[in-house]
Amino acid sequence: MMSERKDTMAGKDNQGPQKPPAGGRGPGGGHFGPGAMMPGEKPKNFRRTMKTFISYLRPYWMAIIIVIVFAIASTVFAILSPKYLGKMTNQVVNDYVNMKTYDAVITQFPKGVKIPPGTTGADLLQTAPPALVKKIPADKLAAFRKLDLSKRPTIDYSKLLSLAYLLIGLYLLSALFSYIQGWIMTTVTQKISYTFRQNISAKINRMPLKYFDSRSFGDVLSRVTNDVDTISQTLNQGMTQIVTSVTMIIGILIMMLTISWQMTLVALLLIPLSFGFIGLMVKLSQKHFFAQQQTLGKLNGHVEEMYGGHNVVKVFNGEKKSIATFKAINSDLYESAWKSQFLSGLMMPIMNVFGNLGFVGVSVLGGWLAVKGTVNIGDIQAFIQYTRQFNQPVMQTANIANVLQSTAAAAERIFEFLAEEEEIPEADPPVKLESVKGSVEFDHVVFGYNPDQTIIKGFNASVKPGQRVAIVGPTGAGKTTMVNLLMRFYDVNGGSIKIDGVDIRDMRRADLRRLFGMVLQDTWLFNGTIKDNVAYGNIKASDEEITETAIAAHVDHFVRSLPNGYQMELNEEADNISQGEKQLMTIARAMLANPPMLILDEATSSVDTRTEMLIQQAMEKLMEGRTSFVIAHRLSTIIHADLILVMDDGNIVEQGKHSELLAKNGFYASLYNSQFTAPMVEG
Amino acid sequence: MKRLLKYLKPYTLSIVVIFVLVYVQVQTDLQLPDYMAKIINQGIIGKDTGLIWSTGGLMLLVSLLGAACTVAYGYIAVKVATGFSKTIREEVFSKVESFSLREFDKFSTASLITRSTNDIQQIQMVLVMVLRMVLSAPILGIGAIIKAYGKAPSMSWIIGLAVAVLFGMFIVLFTIAVPKFKLLQKMVDRLNLVTRENLTGLRVIRAFNTEEQEEVKFARANRDLTDLNLFVNRLMVIMQPMMIMILNVVSIMIVWVGAHEIGTGSLQIGDMIAFMQYAMQVIFAFLMISIIFILVPRASVSAQRVADVIDTEPLIRDPQEPKRYSPNVKGIVEFKNVTFSYPGAETPILKDVSFTAKAGETTAIIGSTGSGKSTVINLIPRFYDVTDGQVLIDGLDVRNVTKEDLCDKIGFVPQKGVLFTGTVDSNIKFGRPNATNAEIKKAAETAQAYDFIMELDGKFDTPIAQGGANVSGGQKQRLAIARAIIKKPEIYIFDDSFSALDFTTDAALREALSAETRNATVLIVAQRISTIMTADKIIVLDEGRVVGVGKHQDLLKTSPVYLEIATSQLSPEELAL
Repeated sequence: MMSERKDTMAGKDNQGPQKPPAGGRGPGGGHFGPGAMMPGEKPKNFRRTMKTFISYLRPYWMAIIIVIVFAIASTVFAILSPKYLGKMTNQVVNDYVNMKTYDAVITQFPKGVKIPPGTTGADLLQTAPPALVKKIPADKLAAFRKLDLSKRPTIDYSKLLSLAYLLIGLYLLSALFSYIQGWIMTTVTQKISYTFRQNISAKINRMPLKYFDSRSFGDVLSRVTNDVDTISQTLNQGMTQIVTSVTMIIGILIMMLTISWQMTLVALLLIPLSFGFIGLMVKLSQKHFFAQQQTLGKLNGHVEEMYGGHNVVKVFNGEKKSIATFKAINSDLYESAWKSQFLSGLMMPIMNVFGNLGFVGVSVLGGWLAVKGTVNIGDIQAFIQYTRQFNQPVMQTANIANVLQSTAAAAERIFEFLAEEEEIPEADPPVKLESVKGSVEFDHVVFGYNPDQTIIKGFNASVKPGQRVAIVGPTGAGKTTMVNLLMRFYDVNGGSIKIDGVDIRDMRRADLRRLFGMVLQDTWLFNGTIKDNVAYGNIKASDEEITETAIAAHVDHFVRSLPNGYQMELNEEADNISQGEKQLMTIARAMLANPPMLILDEATSSVDTRTEMLIQQAMEKLMEGRTSFVIAHRLSTIIHADLILVMDDGNIVEQGKHSELLAKNGFYASLYNSQFTAPMVEG
Repeated sequence: MKRLLKYLKPYTLSIVVIFVLVYVQVQTDLQLPDYMAKIINQGIIGKDTGLIWSTGGLMLLVSLLGAACTVAYGYIAVKVATGFSKTIREEVFSKVESFSLREFDKFSTASLITRSTNDIQQIQMVLVMVLRMVLSAPILGIGAIIKAYGKAPSMSWIIGLAVAVLFGMFIVLFTIAVPKFKLLQKMVDRLNLVTRENLTGLRVIRAFNTEEQEEVKFARANRDLTDLNLFVNRLMVIMQPMMIMILNVVSIMIVWVGAHEIGTGSLQIGDMIAFMQYAMQVIFAFLMISIIFILVPRASVSAQRVADVIDTEPLIRDPQEPKRYSPNVKGIVEFKNVTFSYPGAETPILKDVSFTAKAGETTAIIGSTGSGKSTVINLIPRFYDVTDGQVLIDGLDVRNVTKEDLCDKIGFVPQKGVLFTGTVDSNIKFGRPNATNAEIKKAAETAQAYDFIMELDGKFDTPIAQGGANVSGGQKQRLAIARAIIKKPEIYIFDDSFSALDFTTDAALREALSAETRNATVLIVAQRISTIMTADKIIVLDEGRVVGVGKHQDLLKTSPVYLEIATSQLSPEELAL
């Protein structure tokens, strides 16, 4: 799963709308990229997904009808044109034959003989011996009868020209309709993609954190990008393709039949035959394509791992083994790659042979029929063009099921996401605290991330305004659970948390969160200027306020030494400033928001000592007079805390002051002893 | 591109054969309209059914021959292209495995990964396309031009005109579109960035109630992307109708001009229809050639990136005549006036560093971020070479022995427990491939990993996912420690390796370790004073210089830097301990 979708961003640049031009065709057959052969992904519930999908299309029903009508119209014009091109050829042929006949007749007469105007072939035939007349074939005879012998016939250019005009008109109309259709469809597609993305983005903000904590954000990201892309691409082409293909098939069949049913039969006979072959190829190559995809994933995985752990490989002398593994995977890849590529490439020559087979069949039969006089050359020419055009829509129709399926699979993932459970609604009417004193009470709090796995079992505590609470425990003890509960990222399963006596579930989430300033170790800064990042919690803050806060949080000093100062852009990973500086900025950010209460996370090892001192000072300043919850790593913080909550395995196992807890000689005492007195122990 | 061509040399014969087959195939393609002309001119107009049959039969044979050639050269082409990329892939991978960290820094790991995977795939894809489809285009194009000219020289200008118009259209479209494509990529990246930020910063966004602000930001990125997408797509939908239109108008022109030629008796009807076919083949060939202009630049960028890797010689190599370690000396690490600068850096990160770490002792290195702690460690297994001075192991300069001999002495535990796809067993065994089950169990026990391993579903055979994604950070570190222990190295290097462990495990691990490492040299890099307080020797680094050596209590008195670090981390009570 991971390896399939990992290339979310890396592979992007190959999937732009840029495509090589579709290309004309050699005798008999189009080109099919290997993509047409990839096994498609299947949706779980095709019908339901399509139903939802159609509801997204509904606002555009007018546009879609126009697209359908225009697509049909454009196709019809396109289908008509070979017929008229054939007519042009016929015209040339007939006139040419008449010319030849005239020349043949005239040379029989002695020189200087004037034929009176209005004399036709029919007049001449009356004087001719019946034996001679019998020799002339019926169709020629009819043409000859009408032939005016008084002047040498020429090719009727004016008639040709009017046919040419008609044709150009048809082509123009077809092109115009096709363009308009494409224009509208593109518009609809882009608008729908926009809506999808917008809905997903809005959805993210309405979902409980629980959802995101339990899966990788790459998964969500891939829905916004890959899945929406898949839909927009297939929608853009697929929709029109269905319409044009079906119209083409029907239209061409009709046109073929109007020319000659015998020739049509020959042409159609080849279709099941060629499809049988192609089906076989698809089946054969799919297996190898799948294997190729798998081995490629394996190969990429190995490369990523070996490069990522390069120094480990080196220091354990593992290069030889790593290269051997690589060679084995690489050989597998080679096998499946050449097989799948080769088999999928067989499609074109096979189509070619069948195309030419059809060509010969039509020529032979057409030639024979022409001799008999049932069809003429222009018709044969038109017919050949039709057979050429026939293959592609048939192929496309055959592929439609695949396209629909992978679209539906992508759509389904999006719909599933949009249908995920949202946060429970806000209290109605909500309680709003006017002036906050900052007392916090935990009243028989019961909580578990999974309903069947309770980790906090009836926790009671009461924090007075301005008090400092230290949360301690070994790594992974679930110290962030307290943050989650206080901020209502998660709701308690039982009991309640009260601020100034009000159950936090009776407040609007936004109002509650405004009460807390949050400084986490996981410093989240966004791609933007330093100033924007500091002002994040209070966009209305003036420049002076920002600078003042920055000075208080020890941010000002280092910012001024950076290029562009406050206007410096943080890059994507925000790694153009150090971890410690980031943490100082998050403190400034919280300070500027000026909340009555605080949740802090003390810095650990990734910060150098001097910066750490600055962070400590800034935090002290921030905590002055505010009720604070501190995830504590520093002994002094813990010792001076008004209340210590000791956590282990997600549960609060002990609480009290430092001296009380030490006296208890329980978990805290052992923790304290191992952490701060045992030899060679890390914080 | 050129630099990779030498890898095609073994395929010279194959490529010649491809050329021959392509030539034959193109000739068959060019014959077909001729036969058709014959059928029309002599068969249909001349009323010769027998000729239609015989020519038709011939036509089929020729087209079968053509198909056989296509299949044959398709087979060879695919073999050549995939074989070529297989070789390149192997070259690149082996080369990267020989790189030192210096080359990794130069290219960056992510870029090396792309070069070894995507770039080579890209080259392979283009090579298949070129060998299989594009190669025939010039031959077909020239052949068709000759044929068409032979049929009706006076009409050749139509083909020229058509090609010119098509090219004109492409040039106009692509000069408008190509810069937009680049911009489009940027907008896609921007949208991804905003989404990623929204997801990673979910807690902060909610804490600050800035959901709406973020949605506005997203909507702006979304709108920009949609607008540009609309523009580009609306532009590109012109292409197909225009192209069909041009092809059709060419047909009309041929009939129209042809009619005049026929009128004067200089052209036969069948030849006109054949000319039409040739014209289409010429245009088709030109389209194929124009694909080259899209494909080749793309591939050549990739090829260049790949060739850059292959052509890079690692700066750190084994010596020509390596010295061998004597079996009597064990585990002495000595830095002699070592100075080291990263390439391109203005000032050295290590300046004149000297110290000795002896067997049976724990030597700790402490200092703030950027003081050069990790660099010291990286110099021991020769991840980098010193700029000046010497690193000696057991009396020999690390540059005078083979990397293999050197690393055999070292048990290295990185900061993040790096694990590889496989099983628990295979990961521990990575340290010593021929370790017995008893040894594996012992190493796991020492590393405090045994208990959690036994709780796993498959015990020692439990699969480890890529990057060790299915075990926790602490478990990863313990397995990485087991991997080093099983090697029974003379020198242990711990690069801040205990950070993800909880206290009880940590204490137990240290106790077990100290028994295991009794006779070995132990080097520990740490940020925290508490980690190294009891070390036999503490080396204090500040801005790349050794500013203090000694035991904890001594350093508190003699080294101001150490005291500063200690005061920032420890409470007065502890300092007094």
